[in-house]
Amino acid sequence: MSPETPALDLQDERLVAPQTLGDAVRAAFRRVRDGDLGMLPVFGGIVVIWTVFQLLNRTFLSSTNLVNLSFDIVPVGFLALGIVCVLLVGQIDLSVGSVSGVAAAVTALVMVRYEQPIWLAILAAVATGCLIGFVYAQGFNRFAVPSFVMTLAGLLAFLGVQLWLLRGQNAVNLPYDSDLVQFAQLWFVPEWMSYLFAIIAAAGFLGTSLAGARTRKAAGLSAPSPRLLVFRAALVLAALGFTVFYLNKTRGVAWMFVLFVVVVLVMHYVLSRTKFGRSIYAVGGNPEAARRAGINVKSVYAWTFVMCSTLAAVGGVLAAARLAAATQSTGTGDVNLNAIAAAVIGGTSLFGGRGSAFSALLGILVIQSISSGLTLLNLDSSYRFMITGAVLVLAVALDSFARRSRQAHGRG
Amino acid sequence: MLSLRGISKSFGAVAALADVDLDVGEGEVVAVVGDNGAGKSTLVKVLAGVHPPDSGTIEFEGREVRLESPTQVHALGIATVFQDLALCENLDVKANLFLGREIRPFLLDDVAMEKRSWELLRQLSAKIPTLSVPVAALSGGQRQTVAIARSLLGDPKVILLDEPTAALGVAQTAEVLNLVERLRDKGLGVVMISHNMEDVRAVADRVAVLRLGRNNGVFDARTVSTEDIIAAITGAADNVVAQRASRTADRTSQGSDPR
Repeated sequence: MSPETPALDLQDERLVAPQTLGDAVRAAFRRVRDGDLGMLPVFGGIVVIWTVFQLLNRTFLSSTNLVNLSFDIVPVGFLALGIVCVLLVGQIDLSVGSVSGVAAAVTALVMVRYEQPIWLAILAAVATGCLIGFVYAQGFNRFAVPSFVMTLAGLLAFLGVQLWLLRGQNAVNLPYDSDLVQFAQLWFVPEWMSYLFAIIAAAGFLGTSLAGARTRKAAGLSAPSPRLLVFRAALVLAALGFTVFYLNKTRGVAWMFVLFVVVVLVMHYVLSRTKFGRSIYAVGGNPEAARRAGINVKSVYAWTFVMCSTLAAVGGVLAAARLAAATQSTGTGDVNLNAIAAAVIGGTSLFGGRGSAFSALLGILVIQSISSGLTLLNLDSSYRFMITGAVLVLAVALDSFARRSRQAHGRG
Repeated sequence: MLSLRGISKSFGAVAALADVDLDVGEGEVVAVVGDNGAGKSTLVKVLAGVHPPDSGTIEFEGREVRLESPTQVHALGIATVFQDLALCENLDVKANLFLGREIRPFLLDDVAMEKRSWELLRQLSAKIPTLSVPVAALSGGQRQTVAIARSLLGDPKVILLDEPTAALGVAQTAEVLNLVERLRDKGLGVVMISHNMEDVRAVADRVAVLRLGRNNGVFDARTVSTEDIIAAITGAADNVVAQRASRTADRTSQGSDPR
C-alpha cells in the first residue's frame, strides 16, 4: 500500500496512531492508567512473589521446586479455568472444590472398589461433573435461583455426596502403578520432544501472526510489520526455550502440565475465535443486548455452568491422581477460594464480560507459588490461608478500582 | 409490504396494545407517534420478535408470518434499532456490528468483518475513528450510528427505528434523517417511532398515531398539520368541547378523527 492512502482503519484524522516505539510505550502506559490493566497485575504479582520467596529461601526458584510447582498448579488450575467461564458470563460457581472432591471419589471408587479400567473411571467422574453443571443450569434458567445461592447449596450438598461415597473410610488409595497416578507424578516429556514443542509453538505463533498480517494487508487494513512479529515470536521462543531448558535441568516438563497448557490454549481459541466465545462475552457484558442479537442467552448460561463443573471434575480426577488417593478432604478447605482467586488475580473480572483463559494459568501460578513458598518456609496452613485471603481481597479491590477508572475514561 | 391487523398484547392486567393495525409499503417511511405509554415501544418489541403478540395477524411480503424470535424476524428481513441501542459495551465496534451473525462461526473471520464494518460505516458517512475500541468509549451519536449500521447488515427489507434522534445533537439528527431518506430511496420500508414532530414531518410519508394502546388515526404527512397530529396524540379531540366543536364547525382536514 502506498504511504499516501492510509489503511482502511487509519483514515480518521482524529486517530492518534502510534508511530514509534516511544508512542507505543506511552499508549500502553495510558491504557494502564485508565484502568485497562489486562495481564499487568498478575505478571507484577509473579515477579514480586518469586523475588520475595527466593530471597527468603534459596531453593524456591530451583528447577526441582519449579517442576513440583508445574505439577501442583494443574488440578486447581482446571478449577480456575472453569471459574473463568462462569465469571465471563457474570455468574459464579462456589462449589468447584466440592465437585472436584466428588469426581475424585467417583474415580477412586470405580477404579478400586469396582475394579474397572481407568478410562471408565475418568469418564464416570467427568460425566458426574457434566451432570452437576446441568443441574445448576436448570436451577438457574428455569427456577431463576441466583448462581451464588445455587452453587453455595451445591458446595454443601456435594461435600455431603463426597463424604457419603467415602463413608467408613478416610481415603481410597489408587494403585501406585496405574497409568493415572504415573501420569500425574512421573511422566515427563522426553527432552528432545520438549524442545521440539517449544519450537513448534513459536513457529505456529509466527506463522499465524504473519498470515494474519498478510490477510489484513490484502483487505486494505493496517497490519503490524513482519519485523515486529518476528521479534515477538523470537521472544516467545526464547521464553519457552529457557523454561524448557530450566525444567529439564532436573526432571523435565511434565505431561500433566502440557495437558493443562493445551486445554488453556483450546479454551482461549474457543473464547476468542468462535461465535460461541463471542456470545459468552456478549452475555457477560449485556444479557439483554445479547438476547436481542438473537443469542440464546439461557443456553449460553447452561453451557458455561456445564463447562465449569466438567473442568472441576477433571481437576478432581487429577487431584486424586496427584495424591494417589481420594480422601474425604480432597477439594475441601481453601480449594474453592484458590480457584476463584486465581481467576480474578489473573485478570478475569467478577463483574462479567472481561477476562481470558490465560488468567487461569497465570492466576493459579501466583496462588500456588505463595503456597509452595510458605511450605518451603515451614509455615503451616494458617499463614497460607491468611495470605491467600489477603491476596484475593487485593485482587478484587484492584478489579473494582480499575473498573471505576475504566468507566471514567470511557473504556468500558 | 408489512401489514399488521388487530394486534393485541397484554402484560398482566394492562393491555399495552389493543387491536392495532399498521401498514408499511416498499420505499415508504411511516412514523408512529404517541404519548408516553401509548404502546409505541410494545409495538416495536412485537415487530422485533421480542414479545410475540397475544392475537392478531401479521403479513409480510404477501404471506402471513409469525414473529417469534429476534433471529427469526431478522431472517425474514425485518431489522430493529432499539431506543436503548442494545449494544454490548465491553465488546468493540466490529464485534457489536456482527453480534449473533459472525462470519465463520468456528474460526471468526475478523478481517472480513472489519472490512465489511468499515464499508458499512463509510456508506453511512459515520464518524467513528477506530473499530477496535469497546463501545463504552463512544459518544451517544456514535453508538446510534453503530446500532443503525448493525441493523443494515443482513440487507433487511423493513427497518424499525425506535426514537432514532432522541439522544442526538442537531447535526447528527440531520445525518440520521438523511440516512432514513437514503434507506427509503433504496426501497426499504421504514417504521420510525418518534416524539419529535419536526423530524416526523421532515421525512415521514404517513403518520400513524397511537393513543392508549389503540390506533388513533393515520395521516398523510404532506397534508396534515402538526396541530392535528398533536390533537390525535393527546386526545384533545376526545372531549366534550372538541366533539361539539367538530359537530358544529366545518371539518378543516379530512380523516383527522375517524370517529
